Amino acid sequence: MQVISCLKQVPDTTQVQIDPATNTLVRDGIPFITNPYDTHALEESLRLRDDYGVRAVALSMGPPNAEATLRKACSLGVDDAILLSDRSFGGADTLATSRVLSAAIERLAKQEEVAIVFCGKQTIDGDTAQVGPGIASRLGLHQLTLVDRIERLDLGNKTIRVRRKLEGRYEIVEAPLPVMITVVREINQPRYPTVPMRLAASEREIKVWDNSQLKLDVETIGLKGSPTWVSKIFSPERDQGEIIGDGLNDPEGTTQLLLEKLLSKDLLAV
Amino acid sequence: MPIEQIIYIALLAISVLAFAVSCAERLELITLGAAENRFDAPLKRLQRMLSYAFAQKRVLKRPFGFNHSLLFWGFLLLSLANAEFLIDGLFPGQIAHTLPEGLYRGLAIAFDIVSLVTLVCVGIAVVRRLFFPPDYLGNEYTSARSRESLLILAMIASLMLAFFLLHAAHAALGIHDTTRPVSALLGSGLTGLSVQSLETVALYAWWGHAAILLIFLNLLPRSKHMHILTAIPNTFFANLEKTTLPSPEVFEKGARFGVGSVEQFSWKDLLDSFTCTECGRCQDLCPAYNTGKGLNPRRIVHDIKVNLLKNGPTLKEGQSGSHPLTDTVQGEGTSCVDALWDCTTCGACINVCPVLIEQMPKIIKMRRHLVQEKAEFPSELLTLFENMEQRSNPWGIAPSERSKWSNQLGDRLFDAEQCDILFFVGCAGSFDTRAKQVSVALTTILDQADVRWGILGKDELCCGDSVRRLGNEYVFDQLARQNVELFKSRGVTKIVTACPHCFSTLKNDYRQYGLEIEVLHHSELIAHLVSEGRLKLPQKDQGALLFHDSCYLGRHNDTYEAPRQILQQATGKTPQEFERRGENAFCCGAGGGRMWLEEVSGERINRNRVKEALHQSPDTICVSCPYCMTMMEDGLKDEGDEKVRVKDVAEVVAEALRP
Repeated sequence: MQVISCLKQVPDTTQVQIDPATNTLVRDGIPFITNPYDTHALEESLRLRDDYGVRAVALSMGPPNAEATLRKACSLGVDDAILLSDRSFGGADTLATSRVLSAAIERLAKQEEVAIVFCGKQTIDGDTAQVGPGIASRLGLHQLTLVDRIERLDLGNKTIRVRRKLEGRYEIVEAPLPVMITVVREINQPRYPTVPMRLAASEREIKVWDNSQLKLDVETIGLKGSPTWVSKIFSPERDQGEIIGDGLNDPEGTTQLLLEKLLSKDLLAV
Repeated sequence: MPIEQIIYIALLAISVLAFAVSCAERLELITLGAAENRFDAPLKRLQRMLSYAFAQKRVLKRPFGFNHSLLFWGFLLLSLANAEFLIDGLFPGQIAHTLPEGLYRGLAIAFDIVSLVTLVCVGIAVVRRLFFPPDYLGNEYTSARSRESLLILAMIASLMLAFFLLHAAHAALGIHDTTRPVSALLGSGLTGLSVQSLETVALYAWWGHAAILLIFLNLLPRSKHMHILTAIPNTFFANLEKTTLPSPEVFEKGARFGVGSVEQFSWKDLLDSFTCTECGRCQDLCPAYNTGKGLNPRRIVHDIKVNLLKNGPTLKEGQSGSHPLTDTVQGEGTSCVDALWDCTTCGACINVCPVLIEQMPKIIKMRRHLVQEKAEFPSELLTLFENMEQRSNPWGIAPSERSKWSNQLGDRLFDAEQCDILFFVGCAGSFDTRAKQVSVALTTILDQADVRWGILGKDELCCGDSVRRLGNEYVFDQLARQNVELFKSRGVTKIVTACPHCFSTLKNDYRQYGLEIEVLHHSELIAHLVSEGRLKLPQKDQGALLFHDSCYLGRHNDTYEAPRQILQQATGKTPQEFERRGENAFCCGAGGGRMWLEEVSGERINRNRVKEALHQSPDTICVSCPYCMTMMEDGLKDEGDEKVRVKDVAEVVAEALRP
């Protein structure tokens, strides 16, 4: 029995800026991180490994440098890490991405039964929340989204009971395995890698599967297989508010400016 | 040979043998520890040993220390007397015949007087323990009136009494092998006794003295009085570094990280544990202990000793000990994990210990094990560690924001041709709103003095102080290597920083990474600029300023004067002082990575310090550290004080410079 976590390497969005001239992300020198929601998916797979003795496998689709994300997963203790990397996978939207991940999961399922596929609820760069459900649809898995707690897992009877965190309420859902689960941050606190595990991870083999293994029709994957694409990315215009003065270097002068402004708009009585 | 002498020889042999076996056992336990070179610079070590052990440098810093010093010196001299006594028992009268008469007479007089002094000192010690015990002598596992302390004092007193009784009886009997003034005086009180009675008294006194001496000898290695044997070597082997730097780790497969079981401590750590005299000074100054937290540095050392004794037998057989070194609850020989996280690494314990025990580095070593081998630490630290790894600052702010603390920095990037000094802004100075104002203040001062300075901007990484003190040596190692490489590649030869944590880390810790350049705290640089005449500092009255010492500037680097001096120069007035100041200053509570941890148990350390400050009714608390700034400001808020301000020394100087 195995559980799979799908991880995406994303640019550290706190550091991403948009080039005002070209309206594209400035990615130069921006470090990549594992999508924060996915770190919780990974952690949940590791907890099931620890508690139920299932195998935990990490999957990631991305360019060769996405290996770093999988190496980190190794340092946290996954049993296997597989990078899905091929030029033909590039430029994929959520549909094309879910096709590649699904093909890889099917391939894994031929070796060993898959009980759960874990995904983060969404990524911080695309924010679509579609890839997890896309995998569930492609593979015919029951989908349990926005899970913040696994209430009960019965591997013998192949059932799972989870709590979904919805706006203003919780929902307890039971489903037969196999399932696809997307997790929210509250589900767990990811572990921190020990140094011996980090050192061991640096020597671990990260398997790379390209399309010669997955054998997908190139028309259905990557840019070609993507019915959607980003045509423009931009920062919204600031339609209200203004930054006045330089509060850091001239706090008194700036306070004066603010007072004058408030007085002029008759918002402050003297 | 008389039967008494045969009995004596047998007793002496058994006692000396038993003593030797006990010592060998302890020595064997100490050698179970990991290797560590503490044999370098022998002359410097010898000099320190003379000063700390023989001249009792730190013991004498407290009033009662004088009493202990007299006991110590008395003990040294009386060791000769007792050796003479033991040998004289083997070869009666031989020593008196062998030594030149003048020398023997001199020694006899000295022994007699010193015995009296020792007896008086023991009396004072007993009275102190019984009737005026200071709080710090006792704690949750021992008390000032512990049976062991009183027993040892009673034995020393009995030794002296038996000594006097013996010699008084001899004096009364007219056996004048030499002059002993105190004994002779006592002897004159015994003249009424018959010769037979006097001989009985002398006989019992002699055997009493011999018996107590031999029992005492065997009690030593099994009690806290082991320090009599280990304190002197311990001062010799003490760390020569002022900051008692933790040793770097080698990140290789198969290596162990930190200390998870007692034998992973170095042999010096284990020697430390046998050297603790239970004087309680570390406990007395520890900010965690004093605010009701679980940590007691003295207990840490005590538990290492107990753990070693408990696990010793199995460890000697090459197996691992079954008694845990750390656990979630405090036990006898087991330190509580929570207590390890209470340490602010303020260094007060190391700085006050009379026998130079290194308490704080042991805590760091245990933290290293918890973080690096078990990934067990307070949950708040997960974010900190990830922020440090991903964005190389504790707040997790984008590195590209690093140089945004001032709007006029476009052209101030460090360039070795254009700049004389690198301003290492540090994370607080770059990202913390209040500390950013200090960065600006410092740059106005530097500009005023025409100092050619530059910054590293987005390339600067956190110095790594917090992660190192928290035991995350792996991440520290990466930050240190990258920063040192950066300094070297940019041709940096001199650094100034407005944070004592950056200052101490760059100055001391980075030396372990091959960085040997001049690093200055901004207070030192400003003081220097003023004394050189490069900075003309007009005096401006800024109200009552109270100066708070930063641990990493003061205790860890001995810089006490520079900040006080510039405050004096900027205001024309000597700053007010805390009651606990200089090397006894009380931490703000943020060091050792505590800045990033919740303070859940006991009184908040910063509130304790702020309350102390408010006793002096200052207008402003002056700090020299961004962490102290945060802690003092928060403490004032918690105390509901809205009048007192907190300012960095640079801000006081900048204010004086303002037209």
